[in-house]
Amino acid sequence: MDEAIVLKYEVSPDDFTRAGEASSDVKSKLKQMGVPPDAVRKVAIAMYEGEINMVIHARGGEITVTITPEKITMVLADVGPGIPDVELAMQAGYSTAPDAIRSLGFGAGMGLPNMKKYTDDMKIDTTVGVGTTITMVVNL
Amino acid sequence: MTVRELADTKKYRVVNLGDGAERSIGKVFCCDLLSIAMGRAPAGCAWVTVMGNMNTLAVASLADAACVILAEGMELDGASVKKAEEQGITVFASEEPVFDTALEIYRMISGDGGL
Repeated sequence: MDEAIVLKYEVSPDDFTRAGEASSDVKSKLKQMGVPPDAVRKVAIAMYEGEINMVIHARGGEITVTITPEKITMVLADVGPGIPDVELAMQAGYSTAPDAIRSLGFGAGMGLPNMKKYTDDMKIDTTVGVGTTITMVVNL
Repeated sequence: MTVRELADTKKYRVVNLGDGAERSIGKVFCCDLLSIAMGRAPAGCAWVTVMGNMNTLAVASLADAACVILAEGMELDGASVKKAEEQGITVFASEEPVFDTALEIYRMISGDGGL
């Protein structure tokens, strides 16, 4: 793997049952590439949480995954409502998810904390009314 | 104990035997909130839950659980069964409550019959 490999995914809005397809695809590709299982799991969990967030809060978006021998970088970009208070959103248990989402077993306010927990670096760029871009890195 | 050995005990209905049948079950994990399970389910666990929807399967796959056991007689719908088959995820069904199911599996994987 000399050059960076770039994977791009569209996350469709409002299709909760399909959420996770991009993460599953990345997971199986990383496995095929021989990326260590622990790193594959971290990427899969962090990206799935991000994907779910995009479906719940942001009417979908776009995910770009860049794989180099040193690290895996995930960029999740949406044009959703933005996050008014990032510090509050990062608190475990804080959630603005609607009841319909909670009844499916999500919306416990663990998404962003899980993303941070499973990545080596995480950056949130967000502007209310414009959108959110989250960049996460898992080192190899 | 491997996933296949758990299936062979015939204690639970096999909804789908996936492609990780030879995996060893390391731990038992109980949780119905998918958000929590996503972050806390240990890789290689037997995950006992009553939450049987499409997203349960996605979480099981991405968090790398060895298998899912639906307790309390919960069922997967047809589309979810198809997804389990496509994605090679092992799913069992138990009529017993979460705790009883988890304890029984714990005893089997510990091999010592007790706590």
